[in-house]
Amino acid sequence: MTVVDTPPAGVIGTRRLRREDPALLTGEAKYTNDLPIPGALHLALVRSPYAHAKILNIDLSAALAAQGVVAAYTGSDLQALWASPMPCAWPVTPDMKNPAHYPLALSKACYVGDGVACVLATSETAARDAAELVVVDYEPLPAVTNLEAALADDVVIHDEIGTNKSYTWDLKIGEDAVTQAFADAAYTVSERYVQQRLLPMAMEPRAVAAVPQPFGGDVTLYSATQVPHILKIMAALTCGIPEQQLRVVAPAVGGGFGSKLNVYAEELLCLGLSRKHGAPVRWNEERTENSQATIHGRAQIQHIELAADSNGKLTAVRVRLLADMGAYLQLVTPGVPLLGAFLYAGVYDLPQAYDFSCTSVFTTMTPTDAYRGAGRPEATYAIERAMDALAREVGVDPMEIRRRNFIQADQFPYTAMTGLTYDSGDHQAAADKAMEMVGYADLRARQTTQNVDGATKRLGIGISSYFEMCGLAPSRVLASLNYGAGGWEAATVRILPTNKVQVVTGATPHGQGHVTSWSMIVADKLGVDPEDVDVLHSDTAISPLGLDTYGSRSLVVGGVAIDMACDRVLDKARKIAAHQLECDAEDLDFAGGVFSVKGSPDKQAPLAGVAFAAFTAHDLPDGVEPNLEAHVTYDPPNFSWPFGTHICVVEVDTETGQVDVVQYVAVDDCGNQINPLIVDGQVHGGVIQGLAQALFEEAVYDADGNLQTSTLAEYLVPSAADVPQVTTGHTITPSPTNPLGVKGIGEAGTIGAAPAVINAVVDALSGLGVTEMPMPASPLNVWTAIQAAQSTTVQEGNA
Amino acid sequence: MQITVTVNGTTHAHDVEPRTLLVHYLREVVGLTGTNIGCDTSSCGACTVHLNGASVKSCTVLAVQADGQSITTIEGLANGSELHPMQQAFMENHGLQCGYCTPGMVMAATSLLEENPHPTEQDVRLGLEGNLCRCTGYHNIVKSVLAAAEGANA
Repeated sequence: MTVVDTPPAGVIGTRRLRREDPALLTGEAKYTNDLPIPGALHLALVRSPYAHAKILNIDLSAALAAQGVVAAYTGSDLQALWASPMPCAWPVTPDMKNPAHYPLALSKACYVGDGVACVLATSETAARDAAELVVVDYEPLPAVTNLEAALADDVVIHDEIGTNKSYTWDLKIGEDAVTQAFADAAYTVSERYVQQRLLPMAMEPRAVAAVPQPFGGDVTLYSATQVPHILKIMAALTCGIPEQQLRVVAPAVGGGFGSKLNVYAEELLCLGLSRKHGAPVRWNEERTENSQATIHGRAQIQHIELAADSNGKLTAVRVRLLADMGAYLQLVTPGVPLLGAFLYAGVYDLPQAYDFSCTSVFTTMTPTDAYRGAGRPEATYAIERAMDALAREVGVDPMEIRRRNFIQADQFPYTAMTGLTYDSGDHQAAADKAMEMVGYADLRARQTTQNVDGATKRLGIGISSYFEMCGLAPSRVLASLNYGAGGWEAATVRILPTNKVQVVTGATPHGQGHVTSWSMIVADKLGVDPEDVDVLHSDTAISPLGLDTYGSRSLVVGGVAIDMACDRVLDKARKIAAHQLECDAEDLDFAGGVFSVKGSPDKQAPLAGVAFAAFTAHDLPDGVEPNLEAHVTYDPPNFSWPFGTHICVVEVDTETGQVDVVQYVAVDDCGNQINPLIVDGQVHGGVIQGLAQALFEEAVYDADGNLQTSTLAEYLVPSAADVPQVTTGHTITPSPTNPLGVKGIGEAGTIGAAPAVINAVVDALSGLGVTEMPMPASPLNVWTAIQAAQSTTVQEGNA
Repeated sequence: MQITVTVNGTTHAHDVEPRTLLVHYLREVVGLTGTNIGCDTSSCGACTVHLNGASVKSCTVLAVQADGQSITTIEGLANGSELHPMQQAFMENHGLQCGYCTPGMVMAATSLLEENPHPTEQDVRLGLEGNLCRCTGYHNIVKSVLAAAEGANA
C-alpha cells in the first residue's frame, strides 16, 4: 500500500469540479420527460390489482369512448407486435426455467402492477383517466409471497413450467474437504439471514418516448435507461426492428442504481405502438408505478456456515441461498446471486473448501434484478455478520478474528479457491486506517464503561471488511457463467483540426460524472486542457458501440479503453511528428502536448501542429491516413477488486429500539483515483444506501401479495435528518491489471455499509444476549429482538 | 379557470383546468421543465419552487391557487450566466450527482437560509427533511448549504 502525499502531476488525482453541474443546477438539463415531442400520444397502462389472477375478460369500450383516447389494447391485441418474449440475457443453467413474458400479460397476471391492457390518448391525463375505465374480470388465485413455501409448489405460478423453481446453481470447491473441515472444526457458526426486498427508488422515475420517422421506418427511442446500447439490441430483437433502423438515446438520467439496467415492457410498448400508429408515443412513470413495475432488489434468504480451527482460522464455508426472482425473469434477474457467489469467503484466506448452492424461485411479486451491488452486498453481509458470530464463538474481538483471517498483502495477486485472481490488496492496512480514524481502542474502552447492567443507551461498534468483484467483466469469464454478452467497452478518441478533442464513450453516465473524469484522463494523456475535451455518450447514433454503465465498470473498463485509444492516437501522431522533425519515431519524447527529440529538446512538434497536419494531409508520411482518430474496444483481463473496511458506531436505546448512528468511517481502496471529489461522492451515497437497507427500507408485501410500501410516504428512503455524516478515508493500492491502476468505486459503499451497521447494533446489544437482528433494524424490530433475547435468557435462567 | 401568474419575473395568463397542479402548469403550460416530479405523495421535494419567496412543493399547490402570485423556479435563480451562490456552493462541494433532486433541493436550501441565515449542520438536515436525494447520501448537500451560508455571512 502507498498513501499518496505528494501532489499529483497533471489533473488526474485532483478534486476537479464537475462539468456536468451547471446544466443540472439551472434546470437546463433535459431528462426524458422534459423533451418536447410534438404530436406525441401518451401511453397509460392498466395494471393488475391482484398478485395472481386469471384474466377472464377485458372490456375496453368505455375507455375507447373517452375523450382524447386514440386506441386501447389488451395483451392479446398486441401479440403481433412482438418477435419474441421479453429478454432475459442470463440463462445461468441449461435447464433454467424462464416462462415467456410479454409486455402485456395474456391470460394471467402474476404480480400487483403487471400490465394487462393499455390506452393511447392525446394527453397524459386523458390516457390515465381512460385507463381507469378499462374493466377487467379477474379470477383471483392464491398469492405466493413466501420463498420457502414457493418451493413446495402448492400453488404453481407459471403452469407451462409446472414448478416455481427456476434453477439451482452450484459452486462447489472440494466437497470432501468441506465435509472434513466441518467434522474437524474447533468452532462452527451456522447463521440464517434475510436480505429483505428493496425498492431502488432512483429519484427520476422511468420515462420513455419513441419517435418514428414518417418515412423509411427508422425509429428513435428516448428512455431513462442506464443501458441504451443493450436496450437497442434487445429491443430490435424483441420488436423485430432491423437494428440499423433503431436509435436509442438516454438523455439526462436521474439515477439508476441498477433499476434502469433493463429492458422494460413500457419501452417495448412505446416502440411497438409508435410504429403501429405512425406517431410518437411517450410514457411517464408515476412513483407508485415505479414501486410496482420497476425491478426490486435483494430478496434472498441466506444460510451460511463457517468452520474454523482452534485459532479461529477459517477452514471451510458453506452457503445455501434461496433467491426470489419475483414473477418473471427480467434482463439479468437469474444472474444476480451468481455475482455474489464468489464472495462468501469475503476478504479471508480460505483453503479449497467452499460449497455454494443457490436455488431460485418464482413468487407473485415484482421481478427482482440488479440493485446497486447486485449479489455482492448480500454476500458481504453474510460473511461479515458470520465473522462476528465466529468472533463471539472464539471469544475474541471482531477485528481480531478478521486479522487472523485476512489474505495478507504479500499474497497478492491471490488465486482464490474459486479460481478467480484477486488483483491487489492490503486488508490489514485498510482496517488499521479505519480503526485509527474511528478511535477504535477508545471506543472499546468507552463501551465497557457505558454498557453496564441496566444501561438503556448502549454503544455498539460494527466492522465490515469487504472485497468487491467489479469492473464487469472479462468476456470469457462471463461466457463461463452463461451470460449472453461480453464485458468489453468501446472508446473513440479523435483530435479535431483545431487541437480540441472529442471522446466517444460506450459507458452511459447517470450521475457518475463521466464527462469530467474522462476529460481528465484525456487531458493528462494528450497534454490538453480538460475543458478542451468533449465527451459524447448515451446516443447509439453517436456512440454505436458500448455496453453501458453498471457493475462499477465505467472507469475500469470504459476509462481504460479511453486511455488506450489516446495511446493509439499518439502512436499515429508520433509518426507524423517524426516526419516533420525528420527523425525516427522512437527518438521522440512526448510530454505536455509536445513531441521533442530525445537529446535535442529544442526540436519540437506540438500536438496542435501535428493534428492540423493530419487534417490537411498535405504532407503525411507514406502509408499514414489523414486525421488523428483511434477506436479501441477493451476487454479487461480480470475483474477489479476494490476493498476496504467500514466501521460504524451506534447508540441503541433499549427502551425504544431506536438506533442512532453516531459515527461512520469508510476506508475504501479503489486503486488510483482519477477525481477524489467524485470518489468520495460515490462512497457517501453508497454508504447511505447500504445504511438505508440496514435501518429503514423494506418492500413489505401482505399475504395477498399487495405491496404495502408503494409510495415514498411508506417506503422509508432516508432524508438528510435521518443519516449521519460519512467520514471517508482511503488507502491506494493500484490495480496491476490495467494501465491506469484503477478499480471501481460505484458500489463499494453499499457493499460495506449494511453489515457494518447491523454488526454495530448487535454489538451494542450483545450484553443483553442479542445475536439475531433482522434488517431493517427499525425501532420495532430492535425492540422485539431485545425482548426475544431477554425472554430466552429468563427461560434459560429458570430451567 | 383564467389565472395570471408571474414566473421568474414574467407574467403569464392562461386558462387552466381547476385540477391542474402548479408543477404541471409550470412544466407543461409555461414550459419550464427544470422543476422535476419525483413522486405522487408530496414526499420527495423534487418539485420545490418559491411561491412569493417561500419554498413550496409545487405538486401540493393548485395552479389556480397561484393566481396573482409570484413564482420563482430553478430557471429563475441564476443571474444570467452567473450561478446563484447556492448553485455555486452545490457545484463547489459536489452537492449533486444525477441532478434530479437538485432543483428542488437548491430551492429548498435558499428558502432555508432566508429563514435561518446561520444554520447548524443539524438545522440544515432538519430543514431539508422534505427533500429526498438518492445519490449523495446528503453529506455534500449539507456541506454545500453550510458553505453557502458561510459565504453569505462572510
